[in-house]
Amino acid sequence: MFSFIVRRILVSIPLLFLASFIAFILVVNTGDPLEDLRTKQNVPKGQIALQEHRLGLDKPFFERYFSWLGHAIHGDWGRTVKDKAVWDQISRSLGVTLKLVVFAEICSVLIGVTIGIISAVKQYSWFDHGATTGSFLLYSLPVLAVGSFLKFFLAIRLNRLLGREKNPLLKTIGESTANFCNVRKPQNCGFIPATTDFLTHAALPTLTLVLITFAGYARFARATMLETLNADYVRTARAKGLDEKRVILKHAFRNALIPVVTVVSIDFGGLIGGAILTETIFEWKGMGRVLVDAVTKVDPNLLLCWFAVTAIAVVLFNLVADILYAVLDPRIRL
Amino acid sequence: MTDHPPIPKPEPASDISEEILLDTLADHDSIEREFTVEQRTQWKTIARRFSRHKPAMVSLVVFTLLVLFAFVGPFLWKFKYDQVLKKPAGASNDWIRPSWTHPFGVQKGYDVLALVMRGTQYSIRIALVVVVLSVTFGVIVGAVAGYFRGGVDNALMRFTDLMLVIPYLAAVAALQRNVKGSTWLYLSFFLAMFAWMGIARVIRGEFLSLREKEFVEAARSVGASAPRIIFRHILPNTIGPIIVNATLAVGAAVLGEAALSFLGLGVKPPDTSLGKIIEVGKGKATTYPNEFWWPVLVLCLISLTINFIGDGLRDAFDPKQNRVRA
Repeated sequence: MFSFIVRRILVSIPLLFLASFIAFILVVNTGDPLEDLRTKQNVPKGQIALQEHRLGLDKPFFERYFSWLGHAIHGDWGRTVKDKAVWDQISRSLGVTLKLVVFAEICSVLIGVTIGIISAVKQYSWFDHGATTGSFLLYSLPVLAVGSFLKFFLAIRLNRLLGREKNPLLKTIGESTANFCNVRKPQNCGFIPATTDFLTHAALPTLTLVLITFAGYARFARATMLETLNADYVRTARAKGLDEKRVILKHAFRNALIPVVTVVSIDFGGLIGGAILTETIFEWKGMGRVLVDAVTKVDPNLLLCWFAVTAIAVVLFNLVADILYAVLDPRIRL
Repeated sequence: MTDHPPIPKPEPASDISEEILLDTLADHDSIEREFTVEQRTQWKTIARRFSRHKPAMVSLVVFTLLVLFAFVGPFLWKFKYDQVLKKPAGASNDWIRPSWTHPFGVQKGYDVLALVMRGTQYSIRIALVVVVLSVTFGVIVGAVAGYFRGGVDNALMRFTDLMLVIPYLAAVAALQRNVKGSTWLYLSFFLAMFAWMGIARVIRGEFLSLREKEFVEAARSVGASAPRIIFRHILPNTIGPIIVNATLAVGAAVLGEAALSFLGLGVKPPDTSLGKIIEVGKGKATTYPNEFWWPVLVLCLISLTINFIGDGLRDAFDPKQNRVRA
């Protein structure tokens, strides 16, 4: 087990190095970070040269790459074009994204697995047909459409219905109210008002993510559950005279959960950099916003750090998935 | 071969037996059969299975209509996408809202129906280029990796893993940033660069199992070359997964392109796409909903129909599937 983990980590490290190299090639080809400065008039040549030197643009490609890599390994992600620390910006937006993604992932796993299990247990019932069709439809809908529908259609009507147009219950912009807690409003600074504020903001984006991801889990959970329900050991359990509830929960469900857990883990790794559309629709200042800013303004260090964080998340959660699989399924020896 | 005497045809054992044979044949012809046996090719079977899948058939019709809407529509519709419209004399400010003359309304002086037609056309064009490129590349990588195994397989699959680690939307956005002028073809290339990994893995799996089959061994034993075995013997047997994955890839490409353009990182004028129109219209989603919701609706329709068609094809190609007698 331990040697497996070490081996997997050792395989992941060169993968990440190669990925960082490809990301570096992409970033170098994104454009000229100092385009604005160059096209502006009355900018002294010396200042441009100074900026070029600060960002390392005057160095040859490989020297630039290895200098960046050397600093990044030591945790120094460099500074943005505007001369701010890259890591500050990334860690702040990573926090925002994690709030959204963790909450949404927990909800969609709970809902998806529950629906999948019920569908499988009552195969070909009206519930199963409804759930299968419904999850297929949701699974096929674009995030763009689901998010826009919730924001522009549902939220407005629901707020009007509740008579709260001035101070809407479901907030559609940002991850928190601007200046919610400051010196003039000390009553807002407690735990409860802050949480309430967060929940009203998080409700719709979370719902968007849940709607598009739970359907996949429901389909998957149904399929694995059907497989275990037809397995020999479930027949044995029934033959022993165990009651049906125990057979389903203890014998079939636990085994059906193993593949689901690994899929959820892999998905979660992808969501760190994959909730871009949801974040953009609801105007959260998460990883999605950083990406759009870094690309449009051509900020090499920021973009490289973004790539690094999302790639590490993907690799890490793939690793977690493998390890979980081994831990949960004793038949797999590593 | 010509100097050999022609091989004499074997004589029938006796005249009687032939007579009986002819008799029975005649008898069979005269009998009203309870059912007719018609030879069906594999493709006919697949087409029959697919045609029994109702949602897939409906989706196929809707998707065909969408393609016609996108490619033939612009020739039939009275307004062109670049035709600047003037406010008619005596009309109120509401003339830009949907009406009989402009069923989808008007956006910044342009007819929205014409814009949506052109956007759909670009979205489908981009998706087709992406799918042709990514499926071709993915199939080649998967086939080579699965057929040769060993070091080749290991190297190609590590490369696939590597490409999967890089977030594709971000990578395409970074590449697309520097493109000037007409952008849709570049965008398709970039999207294709990061879209071939899934199919490569599927095809590799198919090849790994098919290469051990007897017919491949037979081909190898008569001295067929590796490319011949790969392309003439194994590849035709993987046509099912290829078609299913290619279909689903069309939907994924349309959505990927829409996502990028929605973020403002995809196609740039003079090109357009559904995502681009949605991006332009999103600021007025509540005040002038027609500009926003029509392209969103078309996007949903493409995504839904493609997924249903893919589902139908998967059922049709799967020989283990026996829900429908085909």
